Amino acid sequence: MTGEPQAFGGAALLELDGVTVQLPVEGSMRAVLQDVSFAIRPGEAIGLVGESGSGKSMTARAIDRLLPPGAAVTGRIRFGGRDVMTLAGADLKRFRGEVAMIFQDPRAHINPVRRIGDYMTEALRTNAGVPVNEASSRAVALLKSVGIEDGERRLRQYPHELSGGLLQRVMIATALLTKPRLLLADEPTTALDVTTQAEVLAILDDLRTDLHLAMLFITHNLEVAAAICDRTIVMYAGQVVELRSSNLLHSDPLHPYTAALAAARPSVDKTTHRLLAIRGRPQSAFEAPADECSFAPRCPHVQEICKKARPALVALDGGLTRCVRAEELRGRLEVVAHGSIPPKSEASP
Amino acid sequence: MISVGPSNEPVLEVTALRKEFGTQVAVDDVTFSLPAGGSLAIVGESGSGKTTVAKMIVGLERPTAGTIRACGQDRSTPARSLRDRRRRGREVQIVFQDPYTSLDPRQTVEATIDEVLRLHHGWPADRRQQRVRDLTQLVGLDARQVRALPRSLSGGQRQRVAIARALAAEPRVLILDESVAALDVSIQAQVLNLLADIHDETQVSYLCISHDLAVVRQLTQETVVMWRGKIVERGPTAQVLDDPRDEYTRRLRASVPHPGWKPPHRAQLTGAGA
Repeated sequence: MTGEPQAFGGAALLELDGVTVQLPVEGSMRAVLQDVSFAIRPGEAIGLVGESGSGKSMTARAIDRLLPPGAAVTGRIRFGGRDVMTLAGADLKRFRGEVAMIFQDPRAHINPVRRIGDYMTEALRTNAGVPVNEASSRAVALLKSVGIEDGERRLRQYPHELSGGLLQRVMIATALLTKPRLLLADEPTTALDVTTQAEVLAILDDLRTDLHLAMLFITHNLEVAAAICDRTIVMYAGQVVELRSSNLLHSDPLHPYTAALAAARPSVDKTTHRLLAIRGRPQSAFEAPADECSFAPRCPHVQEICKKARPALVALDGGLTRCVRAEELRGRLEVVAHGSIPPKSEASP
Repeated sequence: MISVGPSNEPVLEVTALRKEFGTQVAVDDVTFSLPAGGSLAIVGESGSGKTTVAKMIVGLERPTAGTIRACGQDRSTPARSLRDRRRRGREVQIVFQDPYTSLDPRQTVEATIDEVLRLHHGWPADRRQQRVRDLTQLVGLDARQVRALPRSLSGGQRQRVAIARALAAEPRVLILDESVAALDVSIQAQVLNLLADIHDETQVSYLCISHDLAVVRQLTQETVVMWRGKIVERGPTAQVLDDPRDEYTRRLRASVPHPGWKPPHRAQLTGAGA
């Protein structure tokens, strides 16, 4: 999909153009990402939503040059106009400071036998040569910005003394210490309690505005993505299948998969007896059929035309969708999401 | 084979349950009952004590005080004989969160279910075979999957095996401890529909332990909300979710993302005294 990034307008901070990634599995190369293109403007938050095998985490790893050894990458990734794939040495180090990453499980990423202060200031002290005192006071200031008031005490504590929610805030503050321009957040609230999740999302949302920070927010939850992202990308089988303004994602989805994903989630607001489940299971890029729409085997709207070729990502109603029937189905998908097409047994409207 | 209590008695009755770990009180004065064929949710976040309650009911933890009765029989103290323990297994079964660690990696699906049938019912081989077929059909596994080892099954398929294994004992109560939390959204919907069908088709009662209010709404008629070891609110699930009375339940409900939801701003958060 070339020529597609124009759809965004403005100068992009990060630009992916036709990115395809293959990984060696048992001696053969298997595709995990196929033709992924999108762009993020400075200060913009983009949600990246998908199920297992959709390629959402792999996209973040490709951007941060953290793919496993032996990975074959084609296509282009540009950050601030520079080609990310060819960065090396000091340039790569600087890039890593400008693009920070936070993960789902802070306990798996923070050394349990080192104090919080050591963990937080390590990059500043060793990479940027910032003196310990200055690094510490910057850490305390950032802890305050994520709602941790007693930063000095926290720096002396060990990870096991902090709750999961506090530790996630520590990881966020640490990621911000190098003054990044882009934050890659991979399911940063999935392991948290729902009230803590709301707090962390609020913090991320505020920080983004205050620091003019661009964000790629990876999640399996459409509603979480829609809550703090300007636009949301939905991925399936290693491809972008929809890009949509977040406030239209639920009310006017463009791709049948987006609509099906929204309908499959039970609602906290209303009682239904049966959910509109999607048949089959999510596919990885290498499992999905190569010469037809990758969602065709599970799609409730599938027709012969869907099995003729891989659909291209096309612009529609201000968004992008990879569905040959998109125009035909326009405005009808949301109806399905609200259960008006009767499932097996009775369903409340 | 199934021990049936008097018809007016609930299948599960928990009274003034308390559990202390050292000086910590994990569960404090918890009382609820589950009617035959009913469905009850225990909702709460980490540290609420909901999982400790489930563990005490299945006998993985011993209550400090209070009583647990299932099918009219007391189970507050450990089983004293193998016979007693097996009877308890036919009263209450549990499906855990993680389908990757709750199955024996060396046992086929068939053998997993057959073992439960042999231990609990002592049926001859042909009757067990028929029941394995019925159960795997009920949870939607095909013939190839029935002969497979867990490693060749996906997470959703494994969770179906765990459900079939739990149902094989023909329990009166099925505890679902975050049983769909680890599944992909599209698979979660399939398993939730399956659980709704099983509830319609069998007389089994559900005790659903969950942090996910949407899942709870889908699966249960009654809800109790736990916070720091205590029940803070109870009532019909729709009522608790639509019109929460307790301050904590309100905050919990307001934190659930839904279409159009925005996270509360930091000023509001500190105001809420979180």
